[in-house]
Amino acid sequence: MAKLNMVKALNLALLQEMERDPDVLVIGEDVGVDGGVFRVTEDLHRKFGGTRVVDSPLAEAGIIGASVGMALYGLKPVCEIQFSGFAFQCFHQIENHVARYRMRSQGRFGCQMVVRMPYGGGVRALEHHSESEEQFYAHVPGLKMVIPSGPRNARALLAAAIRDPDPVIFFEAKALYHAAKEDVPDEIETMEIGRARVDRPGADLTLIAYGAMVRVAREAAEQLHAESGAEVEIVDLLTISPLDRETVAASVRKTGRAVVVHEAPRSFGPGAEIAASIMESAFLSLEAPVRRVTANDLPFVGFARERANVPDVPRVLAACRETLAF
Amino acid sequence: MPRTQIEPQFIVEHLSILDSDGNLDSALEPPIAPDELKRLHRAMLLGRRFDERMLRLQRQGRIGTFAPIKGQEAAQIGSVAALRRTDWMVPSFRETASMLWRGWTMEKLLLFFAGYLEGGQPAPEQRDLPICIPVATQLPHAVGLAYAAQYRGDDAVVMAYCGDGATSEGDFHEAMNFAGVWHVPMVFLIQNNQWAISIPFKKQTHSRTIAQKALAYGFPALQVDGNDLLAVYAATREAVERARRGEGPTLIECVTYRLGVHTTSDDPTKYRSTEEVQAWERKDPLTRFGAYLQKRNLLAAGLEEEVDAEIARAVAAFEAIGPPDPLAMFDHAYAKRTAPLEGQRAEMQARLARAPDAAPGPVAPAPPAAGAEGAAGTAPSEGQSPPMRGQRRPWRS
Repeated sequence: MAKLNMVKALNLALLQEMERDPDVLVIGEDVGVDGGVFRVTEDLHRKFGGTRVVDSPLAEAGIIGASVGMALYGLKPVCEIQFSGFAFQCFHQIENHVARYRMRSQGRFGCQMVVRMPYGGGVRALEHHSESEEQFYAHVPGLKMVIPSGPRNARALLAAAIRDPDPVIFFEAKALYHAAKEDVPDEIETMEIGRARVDRPGADLTLIAYGAMVRVAREAAEQLHAESGAEVEIVDLLTISPLDRETVAASVRKTGRAVVVHEAPRSFGPGAEIAASIMESAFLSLEAPVRRVTANDLPFVGFARERANVPDVPRVLAACRETLAF
Repeated sequence: MPRTQIEPQFIVEHLSILDSDGNLDSALEPPIAPDELKRLHRAMLLGRRFDERMLRLQRQGRIGTFAPIKGQEAAQIGSVAALRRTDWMVPSFRETASMLWRGWTMEKLLLFFAGYLEGGQPAPEQRDLPICIPVATQLPHAVGLAYAAQYRGDDAVVMAYCGDGATSEGDFHEAMNFAGVWHVPMVFLIQNNQWAISIPFKKQTHSRTIAQKALAYGFPALQVDGNDLLAVYAATREAVERARRGEGPTLIECVTYRLGVHTTSDDPTKYRSTEEVQAWERKDPLTRFGAYLQKRNLLAAGLEEEVDAEIARAVAAFEAIGPPDPLAMFDHAYAKRTAPLEGQRAEMQARLARAPDAAPGPVAPAPPAAGAEGAAGTAPSEGQSPPMRGQRRPWRS
């Protein structure tokens, strides 16, 4: 057991999966000698060499497209896209091929691959380095979309993603890379993809969040408890797609109130799907409309204004108070 | 400081062995056994006749849209024949002849063009990717396959097809660049058929040849007369052998012509002249190779009838296949159905159990008359007060 931040925890998952399975490769821009711009692939090049830890030319579609070919052959590439904002240059490969090869070939081929991308704001970065685009991937049939919220689950989910026979888009919140350290077991640990986790139990309101927003939700829940005694239950989704409707529904049936938090813009975002899912599964338990706390429907606003756009504790608190008082 | 030359001048070669008048450059004639020559000819003929049959089936509404290959049989068979079974073939969407050569059955291709995904499933040991429709996007996959083969110490070579239009796509250039940098065992086989739907080659690129594009990526290329089976075969063989020896990728540009439509939805008379088509009909690859075999006394009698009978059997087998099971659509989206998909499948299953006749067949039923749906959602009548909180308004009042 060692105290690791998310960068080190992800690195441990890659290291152990590569040691365990010679078909696992790492490919991306600057992932080799440089160890990745966020150092997630640090030391892997030294340990496994350049044919397994591949410094690719600077071309996202080439990275994903070539990884598709490797996966069709039977290798298990783990691709790194340097920032999720650049993934639109390979989105066609992800949507047209990564997601569809199993279906198109009727099971003859699968695309066992992971696409890792740092996402989200809170790091005072320029355009294309601060956005949240999970909704694009969550909407594509054939993909799985995973977003861990801390070092230990990041490590366990990445190991599970690498072993998953289907392609997994794996978002890593930049704001969490160095935010906290957690005890991470030395031995290999995996978590089931497609399962949400009750992060904090409570009886009065369900707060649904994922990635960097789980921290915000926790702080809001603490403050709300301190000011009113309300018990907030936090559901940390961990997997955006396939959505764990059961865990969300069970919580809302208990609390009768739900608030969804995400960094992505509001319209047609994950919050909309979660709200619809609650309507389908827990309508008669609802005591108040489901609320969403999200970024506005705007392109990148610039990091000088980012804190006013991305959900923070006061906004989440206000939404919870209104939902409790409805 | 002076200006100095840092790169050598590149030379692009063009290879032609058997010209359209039947003149043979016997010094370049590749050594192909007579039986193999007959097999190549039969494969070209099968490609042509099956293509013609599919066109009629499409016109009769028995299959959907497809991209005919007429005129490109030598480019396809001459190239694919250089591969071993253990090599990989990566098609785009106009490689019917190559696919048949690789073992795709005619029934499967007909199924594919009739809208059944089952038709896109390669056989378990077949090292072929299925048809890829988004232009040039299959090329990086071929690079990855070749990288993987090299990684595993497998001496397989990967051949990827695309057309002249594809060379304008970013994926073409990314694939070429990756192939060059990674030095993978691969052949880019470009069928330059002069037209990308209505866009002629001259509007596609300002380069004089497609072959020269490879030189910028640091690997060799050759332009060949794509209607000359012997030239295509000789060039591809050389490229495949190079790749297998670990000498990296090669690009082969087959200069050919699409004699027919782009797809069955296209009308080429809008954008090109009859004279142009007729000029290329005189360079027909089948006529040319047939004449060569005739001179060598290798042309078998009754071949056309034999090929047509084989096609007729395949069409009959295809048409005997029953309507699709709608529930099978849930089987291959993921290795194991996800919870949301289990739910959606159960919904469909229940719907089909209630109304089994509602299962849509291969041909979509006529849309319901306007107003047939949604009529139930009547607005509350005027004067009615909105319900109080906690009070449920009945559907019909």
